[in-house]
Amino acid sequence: MLRERIQASNYSFLDKLRSIDYLLILLIIAIGSISVFAIYSTEGGKFSFYTKNHIIRLSVFFSLFLLLSFVRVSTWYKNAYLFYFVGLLLLITVLFFGISASGAKRWINLYFLNLQPSELMKIAVIICFARYYHRIQSSDIQSYKFLIQPIILLIIPCYLVIQQPDLGTSILIAGSGIAIIWLAGLNIKYFVYSGLLLLVSLPFAISILKPYQKSRILTFFNPDRDPLGAGYQIIQSKIAIGSGGFFGKGYLKGTQSYLEFLPEKHTDFIFTLFSEEFGFLGSIILLLLYILLIYRIINVGLVSRSFFAKLYCFGFATAIFLYVFVNIAMVLGMLPIVGAPLPIMSYGGSSLLSIMLGLSIVMSCKIYNQEQISAY
Amino acid sequence: MLNRGRNIEKGRVITRRMFILAAAKILLFAGISSRLYNLQISDREKYEILSDKNRIREWKTPPQRGIIVDNFNKVLASNDRVFQLHLILDEINDFDVTIFKIKNLIGLDQFQIKKLYKKKERLKPWDTLVVSDNLTWEQFSKINLYLHELEGAKPVLSTSRFYPYANDLVHIVGYVGDASPKDLEKPEIKENFVPGLKVGKYGIENSQEKMLIGNYGIKRYEVNASGKRISQIDYIKERQGNKVNLTIDIEIQKYAQELLKEKAGSICAMDIYTGEVVAMASSPTYDPNKFTHGINQKDWKEIKNNPLKPLINKSIAGLYSPGSTFKPLVALAALEYGILDPNKTIRCKGHKHPYELYGVKYHCWKKEGHGYMKLRNAIKQSCDIYFYEMARLLGVDRLSIIAKRYGLGTNVLGDLYNDEKKGLVPDTKWKKRALEQSWYLGETVINGIGQGYIQTTPLQLCLMTAQIANGGYKIKPHIIKDDSINYKDILNKIKLDQSNFPLHERNYLDDINVEYYQRMYHKKSNINFVLDAMFGSTNEQYGTSYKSRYDDPKYQFAGKTGTSQVRRITDLDRELDLDTDQIEYKKRDHALYVAFAPYKDPRYAISVIIEHGGSGSKAAAPLASKLIKRIIDRHKLREQFNNGNTSLA
Repeated sequence: MLRERIQASNYSFLDKLRSIDYLLILLIIAIGSISVFAIYSTEGGKFSFYTKNHIIRLSVFFSLFLLLSFVRVSTWYKNAYLFYFVGLLLLITVLFFGISASGAKRWINLYFLNLQPSELMKIAVIICFARYYHRIQSSDIQSYKFLIQPIILLIIPCYLVIQQPDLGTSILIAGSGIAIIWLAGLNIKYFVYSGLLLLVSLPFAISILKPYQKSRILTFFNPDRDPLGAGYQIIQSKIAIGSGGFFGKGYLKGTQSYLEFLPEKHTDFIFTLFSEEFGFLGSIILLLLYILLIYRIINVGLVSRSFFAKLYCFGFATAIFLYVFVNIAMVLGMLPIVGAPLPIMSYGGSSLLSIMLGLSIVMSCKIYNQEQISAY
Repeated sequence: MLNRGRNIEKGRVITRRMFILAAAKILLFAGISSRLYNLQISDREKYEILSDKNRIREWKTPPQRGIIVDNFNKVLASNDRVFQLHLILDEINDFDVTIFKIKNLIGLDQFQIKKLYKKKERLKPWDTLVVSDNLTWEQFSKINLYLHELEGAKPVLSTSRFYPYANDLVHIVGYVGDASPKDLEKPEIKENFVPGLKVGKYGIENSQEKMLIGNYGIKRYEVNASGKRISQIDYIKERQGNKVNLTIDIEIQKYAQELLKEKAGSICAMDIYTGEVVAMASSPTYDPNKFTHGINQKDWKEIKNNPLKPLINKSIAGLYSPGSTFKPLVALAALEYGILDPNKTIRCKGHKHPYELYGVKYHCWKKEGHGYMKLRNAIKQSCDIYFYEMARLLGVDRLSIIAKRYGLGTNVLGDLYNDEKKGLVPDTKWKKRALEQSWYLGETVINGIGQGYIQTTPLQLCLMTAQIANGGYKIKPHIIKDDSINYKDILNKIKLDQSNFPLHERNYLDDINVEYYQRMYHKKSNINFVLDAMFGSTNEQYGTSYKSRYDDPKYQFAGKTGTSQVRRITDLDRELDLDTDQIEYKKRDHALYVAFAPYKDPRYAISVIIEHGGSGSKAAAPLASKLIKRIIDRHKLREQFNNGNTSLA
């Protein structure tokens, strides 16, 4: 057994190349290419600022992804808490030195990139929780002692992100964290109870929301309440998607976005633009690509030996799912507008960076899937 | 091993939980897919419409109004080029500044500026504000010079209604103006309206709106979210309104108006076979061009306060007692009913021995009396005594049947003019119904000389004369050319009926409706008798209009004078026997004249009314005489033109 373990940690480069999940890479390239075309379309078919930046970021972060894929999964494991605390530190930095845009303070100026630490925190929470639960015996999981720690670990970044304010990212961070707690095997009754508690406290929660957040929620229930104000985005988004029909209006022919009826079309509403131009068919294909991506990530988790890798992959897959679901459900008017980007597709460096980082850890889990990680 | 077992258990838990999560993910993705299906496939049409509504904005372009021409295709109402200044509201950053600059350039007053602000409030932010629809060339070139400083200003060459014969036709053609809320309720205007479009306010312009208004064009633009035009997608061209062809001869119309200058009154002329109104003048008149861009207060007051009432179309809306012009019809009625032998003699003994009925005295207009009169002479010299007696014998009800049949008491031009008056042909039933009183015989007696309750319009008198002159055939009077009527056929039909003269089986004396171009008389000889008497009235000595006659058979006409009292004549008046000039204007009699010409083979009927003009023979007949000459001179031209037109059709 010991020999096995040692052997398992000694991979030849050829072995590493052989165990790369090429389908996963293909999927990333596919979604990445689609995103380039979509961003190009948001600029009215001109090769300009956003498209250029997006291509540069994609290639840089994709290379980074390939490079980081060869980092041993144990290295990630070892540095998981560090990652988390660096993320937390950055969030606190934002609180004091962040730069503001449209009323929110979310970014740190790194000169080559305006880093959004909350995006990194999405991954940091997953990796941190995966490590945390990796070493906890299943018998201990139900105990309060071990439950209270992750909850604190979760509440701190969520609170900091809400302060920015960024409800969407905060919910996504919380969601991924909770997903891992769930995966680790915490008794279902806790989820049921806290779910009920959430329902009961919802009125109080709403009362402490910021006015614009309240209006977003009210608008969600009735977009026609203020069609030119708060309801505008969702109404225009639905019009764009609906008018796309089965085959769409054709590439670069989406009138809603071309004529600037669509807000935030390169970021949160990129799916709307895509769906308007490529229709139901295109949307379903894109959705399938995401499903495949999630499936491949889960698959990596299934073939991994360590709990850390499993928890991480399942957790990350769930996070990707959450991002995709929240974003698309939002632009379809099924959820309130909370500001959540569509992974890879949306224009935005931090989001892309964190996704690529997350994927590189998945890939590292795949390459080193036989590696056993002892509990430190 | 225990540790290992635990680990296997933990792995199982993680995997199981992962699958539960995966199942939830699949469910939620299915939810998204069904939502997409709903939006993009089930509700696609709804969202497509909304998307088009978003991106496509329509601008309506105003149509050109149809032109109005006279019988000879001379343009009576055209569309003239005008200089306008429009403001494209969405191109203006500061409306106040722009207006201020424009004010200084073209000199708007405080009132006009206030109006512009009011107008702007009613417009949508992407609409066009018409600052002025009729700039002078000077103002227009100034605007063009400073155009670079005026945001959103657009100098526009547009068209507006122009009436080249201004005053001469206003009562027929009418005029246009801004649409009122009431105008906008009319379907033909509602369907075709574009802001700023002028609509018909009176006359042909008003009643023929459907023909004239045309259809607006549509310019469809793709616009972006802020309303800026990106590209023109579609342009449905506007369609000009149809031409309206009148039966009026503008030369005769102009001449008629000239004859009426400085007088209040009306002249109507009609083709006695086709029913075409050749002229329909009303005086005094006013300039319709002043209304096109909104009339100013001073001009409006002047028109409104004129005591001669230029706004009233006297030909159809002026009501007058027909006076003696009614006599031929009374005579015809008496003959048709066989009340009286035309050779019956009645003595007119002058004012000293007036006609008496139940103690009431009825005077003839002639102080010294006419002496012994037979019917022909009574018509010729317009003896009132003879007609008092004849009316008494005839009775008002029988008279009213004939009067109505020959065109009195109903609208002549249908619903073409909303102010046309029906007039009144009284009978016993009417009086019972309207006044709840019984009829007095004395009222019949004065009815016999066209006084009393009876009220007629000049055009009705013209129609009455025409239908007697054409031999007693019902015609369809009209002022808009009717292509469905073949004039040649009508003429031939009536003339054929006149020459082949079978006896009638129908009792024409009952109150019946006669079809167009059918005979209305009972006995042809009765018609001929009346026509001959009218000939005598004009062309024989002692005839009331002898002085206005023509000896040339080409122009020779027959007519009947009339003098209609506007008040009861008292014994004092009779004693004073003042000349017209000596009487206060308002109290003077109306002068009337009806005639047809030429006497041999007549073609035209004419009626003249001069309000407070005095006697018919002095004030009205000479005008008729002059106009008749002009009409007959132009007859050949008209005939050729109309036949040419018919053959073309």
